[in-house]
Formats: sequence, C-alpha cells, structure tokens
Amino acid sequence: MGILEVSNVNKRFGGLQALGDVNLDIAEGTVHAIIGPNGAGKSTLLNVLVGKLIPDTGTVMFNGQSVLGRKPYEINQMGISRVFQTPEIFGDLTVIENMLIPCFAKRDGAFRLHALKSIASEADIIDKAEHMLSDVDMIDKRGMTASSLSRGDKRRLEMAMCLVQEPKLLLLDEPTAGMARADTNNTIELLNQIHERRDITMVIIEHDMHVVFSLAKRITVLAQGSPLVEDTPENIKGHPKVKEAYLGEAAA
Amino acid sequence: MLGLSKKDTTFLLIVIFLTLATPILLQPFPEGSAMAQFNAGYPDLMQRFAIYGIFAIGFNILFGLTGYLSFGHAAFLGVGSYSVVWMYKLLSYNVLPGLVLAVITSALFALFIGYISLRRSGIYFSILTLAFAQMSFNLAYSVLTPLTNGETGLQVYTDDPQILMDAASPNSPHFFGILMIESTKVNIGGWQFTFNNGYYFCAIIAIIVFYLSLRIFRSPFGTMLRAIKTNQTRMNYTGLNPRPYTLAAFVISGMYAGLAGGLLASMDPLAGAERMQWTASGEVVLMTILGGAGTLMGPVLGAGFIKYFENIFSKINDNILHSWFSALPDGVEDAIVFMVHPFIGKGWSLTLGLLFMMVVIFLPGGLIEGGTRIWNAITGKNRKSNKPGKDGKHHPKPTAHVN
Repeated sequence: MGILEVSNVNKRFGGLQALGDVNLDIAEGTVHAIIGPNGAGKSTLLNVLVGKLIPDTGTVMFNGQSVLGRKPYEINQMGISRVFQTPEIFGDLTVIENMLIPCFAKRDGAFRLHALKSIASEADIIDKAEHMLSDVDMIDKRGMTASSLSRGDKRRLEMAMCLVQEPKLLLLDEPTAGMARADTNNTIELLNQIHERRDITMVIIEHDMHVVFSLAKRITVLAQGSPLVEDTPENIKGHPKVKEAYLGEAAA
Repeated sequence: MLGLSKKDTTFLLIVIFLTLATPILLQPFPEGSAMAQFNAGYPDLMQRFAIYGIFAIGFNILFGLTGYLSFGHAAFLGVGSYSVVWMYKLLSYNVLPGLVLAVITSALFALFIGYISLRRSGIYFSILTLAFAQMSFNLAYSVLTPLTNGETGLQVYTDDPQILMDAASPNSPHFFGILMIESTKVNIGGWQFTFNNGYYFCAIIAIIVFYLSLRIFRSPFGTMLRAIKTNQTRMNYTGLNPRPYTLAAFVISGMYAGLAGGLLASMDPLAGAERMQWTASGEVVLMTILGGAGTLMGPVLGAGFIKYFENIFSKINDNILHSWFSALPDGVEDAIVFMVHPFIGKGWSLTLGLLFMMVVIFLPGGLIEGGTRIWNAITGKNRKSNKPGKDGKHHPKPTAHVN
C-alpha cells in the first residue's frame, strides 16, 4: 500500500489523450521520479495530483483519502506540498514573513481571523520559522525582501516554506529547470539532505537525467500519456524502451 | 503597550498628539493676516479631515493590503449616514445608537456585496463593486425613496417618533449631552483657536480605529492579506483559502466606511444619496494612492490633502491673487494672475489632478514615500533598500508550459 495511489486515470483535452490509464503506486518514504519526453503528460499528471485538474476517469488516493475534487488549499492541508518550476514565493514580503505564513497555515488551517493578535506574540511560530531558515542556511537573509533573493535562494526559500509544514508528500515540478549546473548541484544536495533528515516522500517531475539519477529511488517513465516502465534507476538507465522514447534526448 | 511594539507605540502617541493638537496646528496664521485664508482650523473642515481619514484608513485595509481595488465604497458611506439619521428619527439625537447601527448595517451590506464581487479579481472586481454602488445610488433616488427620502435627502421632521426625546433633550446631534456643534474659542495674541466638540468626537474615534488598523497591519491576518496581494498561487498551495481573507478585509473596510458615513451624519443631521455616487468612491481611491497605499499614515495624509485642496484652494479667487501681486507693475500683475487663474478657485481640481499625476509618476509610494525620501536625504540613510518601485510589483509568475 503506497502513500499515493493513482489508478486508471484518464484525461483528455479535446482530441488529445493527455493521460491514458495511468497507474502509479508511490511507496511511503521513497523518492519517486516521473520522467518522460516533452508532451508525455508529466505536468498534467502533477496538476491532477494537486487538484488543479480533475481527470475524466480514475481515482487518486492519498493516505486512503481521495484528492479528486478538492481545492489546492485543501489538498495542502491533507499533507501534500508543491514546489513549482519557477519558485512561487511571496515576493513583496520579507523572507521571515514568507516562512511565517506556512507556519500559520499549518497551525490555524485554511482561514482564521486573527486580526488583533500581534505576530510578535507568536513566539513558538517565529521560533519554528527561524529554525527552518537556519536549516536551509538562510537565517542571515531573514529581513530581505523575497523578490530580491537570487534564484537559488528563492528555490531554497520555497522548499523551506513547504518543509516547515512537515508535509507527508512533497511534489517537485522540475525543481532545477533553468538553473546553472552549480545551482542544480546545490539543489540536489539540498533535496538529498531533506530526504535523509526528514524522511519525506517525494515525487519529482524532471527533465534533467542528472538530477533524476542523483535523487530517485524509483523511476516511472511516461510516454504519450501512459506509463512505459517503472523500475529502479539502475534498470531504467539501460532500458531499450526508454531509449526509444527519448530517442537521443537522454543526454539532456 | 496595548499589544504594540515600542516603535509602534511611539508612532501611535505621535498620531494621537497630532490629532488632538490639530485645531492649533492647522491655524498657523494670525486672524486678519493675508495668509489667514490658508488656515484650516475651522470645525467643519477638521471634522472632514478626521472622517475622511477614517474612510481612507478602512479603504486601505482592503486596497493597500490585498490590492483589491473597490470602486464602490461610497455605498457604505451612504448606508452609514442613512442609519444614523434613521436613529435620530426613531429614537433621539444621541449619535451612539446610530453609529452602532451604521457599523452593523454597512458590515451586512459589505458582506453581501463582497461575497458576490470577490468571485472575480482585478478589473472585474472593481467593475462589480462600482456597479453595486451605482445601483445603490440609483435605488436611493427611486425605489428606496421611503427609506431614503429620495432627492430631498433624509432628515428629521418634527412629527418623527423620536421616542427617547423629552423636553430636556438637545435638539441637535449629541453624545450623551455633549453637543457636536458646540465649540470653545480661545484667542491668543492674534490667533484664534476653535476647539469643537464634534471634531474631538471624530478625532477620538479616528484614533481608536487607527489603533485597530495598526493592530491589523501587525497581525498574522494582515500578513495574510499582503500575501494575497503578492501571490495567490502560493497562498493556495500553502493551504490557505484566500477568499474568506479577502471577504473579511472587505467587510472590515466596509465597516470603517459605514462608520465614516455615520459620523458625517453625526456632524450634520442629513443624509443624501449623492454621498453614494461613484465620484465619492473615486475620491477615497485618490486619497489612498496620493498618500501611499499600504502605508499606515498615507491614506490619512491623502484624505487631509484632498479635503484641504477642496476647501481652501477653491476659495482663492482673482481678487486675492491681485492683492498678492499688487506690488508688481500692472501688466505683469495681470499676466501672472491670468496664468495662475486656471489653477485656483474652481480650478482647484486641476491643481489636484496635476499633483496626483506627479505623485503617481515620481512617487509611486505616495506622499509617504516622498516624506521618507526627504527624511533619508536629511539623515543620510541609504534609501535603496526600501524603494517600492518596479521591483515591488514584480513576482515570479508560473511559466506556462506544455508538457
């Protein structure tokens, strides 16, 4: 029994079969990568998982509960956090404020009218936020406006915002897209650290084979909307079907 | 103190001092001097400063924090005014029941309008609020005449029930016997200071609601509202539902507007539908942007500025101009008066418009930003760090990608 079970998911956009009979079983505590060439349906699948898209048929169960038809914020409250391709942070707010918001969301739920409570009086929340910032080596940037951070730091902050909520499942949508090699390696290191220390289940959607083989414990290859193979990285590397699907793209 | 940081307490104390000393501070020129017409320390205008200050503080909680630009807040102003006058008609001239009712009715009204309008954002939200306000305005003139007394405006008549009135009760708005229209005039040297009950009543309420807005700004709720302005996607994926937050902000700002409207009727026991017209909604938008949206003091400053222009600048006429430049040769004098003429008197809105354009172009953070820049120039602080320019508006958008 996995933490996330996707069964028989189909999604059509007009004449295009974006997802066809997708079955996935993601084990708790693993790092599971979903790879595939452009147009394979990776992003569609991710959007189904976070409630942005509702599939035509099939079920998505998280911890025994269906996520279908739930709003993104409800799915987050169930314990699924998402990291975006381009870091989504609160650009106008300071780094520490960016960290406080997920802490409040975790404690108070989707809405609470704490309009006359001072932030300064929430010592345990501030403590938690600062602790997380130290963990990702950003505590010295606590007062900076988030939009002025470097791209790598924005990514770091976004991950910290997700992690501070102690999610059961972390979804990463091409976390290293558009990054320089050095930044990519930093991100890989960060993710490996997170996985070792916190034992969070991660699902990574990724293009970059270097990233995938450095992180994943298990890999699903998606092609034309359907899973082609699912196996360990070692076995995927030499798999003929995968080579065929990528057709020279593997070095990307 | 009062749940505020030391810095905020000092700030609040300065605001309290400035508010209470307004009748003195706005009267810098002696009576009878040529500059006396620039004095703004008369009750009617000071009351407006305080009341529109409250209106703008409330509007800022919605617009300044969440970025949702409402073009219909004058509707709540009108609802507040009508509520107060109705309480005069039914009970007595004591303003308290009316003000309580004004806040409650405007909150309910805001809940209704907000619930519907907040389904959309951006320009669509603005248009929806504008539509609701204009609808209220037109209904007040037509279908709702029994409630609003149509074009005549709602006022107290001698045959109204006024069940709490007895022979000893005052015949004009009062707060437990303190008459709003009464003033104490103090003459010191050539100066005359007017301490008006109505102004102080408004001022004390303004201080209280300013304190509340300060608390909201510093609360987790305030941070959530700013987060909504910055990035709703992240908000959603952080497990927060933006809708009730924006609705709460909308209702709170509606209550502020209702209170302001109620106070207008507390100073002058009349309520007319023109108070709900879209120009009044636009005015509060101008006030907030002129002063600095999202700042604490900005909207109050903007409100003061606009009301000052409306009441003082509009009084200057050609004769006054001629007397100023009388020392110059006739031809030059006429030429100068001719050139200045379009900007004064009835042309005050032209001057205000130009000022507004300059502020928006050169000081996107409003007058507060101007003040901060001057302060930093004096104290020699680096001002690069807190410049809410183009970068402030920028936040990463999710790149559309086809898989």
